Amino acid sequence: MTAMIDIENAEKTFTMHLQGGVELPVVRGVSFQVGRGECVVLSGPSGAGKSSILKMIFGNYRCDAGQIGIRHGGEVIDLAQAEPRQILSVRRATIGYVSQFLRAVPRVPTIDVVAEPLIANGVARPEARRQAASLLKTLNIPERLWALPPSTFSGGEQQRVNIARGFISDLPILLLDEPTASLDAVNGAVVVDLIDEKKRAGVAMVAIVHDNQIRNLIADRVVDVTTFAAAA
Amino acid sequence: MAENDNDQPLLVADRLSKNYGRLTACCDVSFALYPGEVLAIVGESGSGKTTLLQLLSAQLAPSAGHVSYRMRDGVLRDLAALGEAERRFLFRTDWGYVHQDPALGLRMAVSAGANVGERLMAVGWNHYGRIRDTASSWLERVEIDIGRIDDAPRTYSGGMRQRLQIARNLVTEPRLVFMDEPTGGLDVSVQARLLDLLRNLVGELGLSAIVVTHDLAVARLLSHRVMVMKGGRVIETGLTDQVLDDPREPYTQLLVSSILPA
Repeated sequence: MTAMIDIENAEKTFTMHLQGGVELPVVRGVSFQVGRGECVVLSGPSGAGKSSILKMIFGNYRCDAGQIGIRHGGEVIDLAQAEPRQILSVRRATIGYVSQFLRAVPRVPTIDVVAEPLIANGVARPEARRQAASLLKTLNIPERLWALPPSTFSGGEQQRVNIARGFISDLPILLLDEPTASLDAVNGAVVVDLIDEKKRAGVAMVAIVHDNQIRNLIADRVVDVTTFAAAA
Repeated sequence: MAENDNDQPLLVADRLSKNYGRLTACCDVSFALYPGEVLAIVGESGSGKTTLLQLLSAQLAPSAGHVSYRMRDGVLRDLAALGEAERRFLFRTDWGYVHQDPALGLRMAVSAGANVGERLMAVGWNHYGRIRDTASSWLERVEIDIGRIDDAPRTYSGGMRQRLQIARNLVTEPRLVFMDEPTGGLDVSVQARLLDLLRNLVGELGLSAIVVTHDLAVARLLSHRVMVMKGGRVIETGLTDQVLDDPREPYTQLLVSSILPA
């Protein structure tokens, strides 16, 4: 197996300078691999560090020790050591991230929020919009909302816009942080289908899902985050 | 991404310092800016942000250190060693400078069209019709009603003036734009519109930019990388979302935690 993600002994501690320099160990000795077409689900109670691990794989949180190897094009980049511009390049071409909440830019219509990752990668605007429309339709966002900015949408609608934005690109790695948290059963099933489609396309995924039923449907492997507990 | 071009830095700051007598405004700043990259310089008033921007844009001479810029022929040159013609080329064509106060970057008594056209004439355009057409299309791009092209910017609102200043700067297709608090002094709703516009223009034109701001939301929306300044020194630097979501230094943690939730 050529691992798309190869994490070895990754470690994260927060130092809270405003609280007298309290050290907050989050995780230690994080080691696992994810191959092509595989979905690894991180499990563990809230506060165990699942989201922190996901953010470290995206380069959003810094990694204090260990390695986070990402297969990027023909090479492996260690995100724990990478320069900002390397991380940006990895995000453009390799890793997508579907966060729990949509951070919307004011004024931008929903269809363009979804199409943006394609446009950023050089796809012509009309084609990017066409693909965005088809994905929004799949996710049951009514067409009359497409021209509006998503900031006034309901939680579930915003989450579906966010999923559309995350799934539109053909990136080889996808990180999913609670992609179905505010969705009803129908839309939850749509997301499971989208994840299956990505697996067939060879995409490596790491997901956090609390819903047991959905976890059983998508997980090829479960990694128990409590084994990385760093609490002294 | 074209590896060959983008692998070479566009601007390099090497141990830049500026003292005013015993006062140190800027101390030992080094970094490289790459093509297409937007760098935000954040920190509170008096941290040395604006001094640094003036050093980088050759408006102030450093007390120590160098700024180098890759000219269009691909050669990295020390700004202090440039001839007058080369400096003029940079200021008139290859660079833009967006002031916080649009009155400093515009000529307030001449028409909007002339404000934009002037930069084109300075680089040798002399066909009135073409200058006017280009000016109109730029006003459109910055969402100014073409019907206002013959009005002077002193009749414009603050947000319109700022958008006009941006058009005036971008019309010569600069490769690097310096911005000093580009949204400072504007209403929040006007700020959002301007930020969205700037973000799109920077992306479409593949511009490099150095943006000074005390507003972390502006840094998050516009920049790829951020440098946090305090007391004239760069105390933390990195990918923008990394520095804002996982700040390391005590001062950066204070800045990030001081944002009032909307």
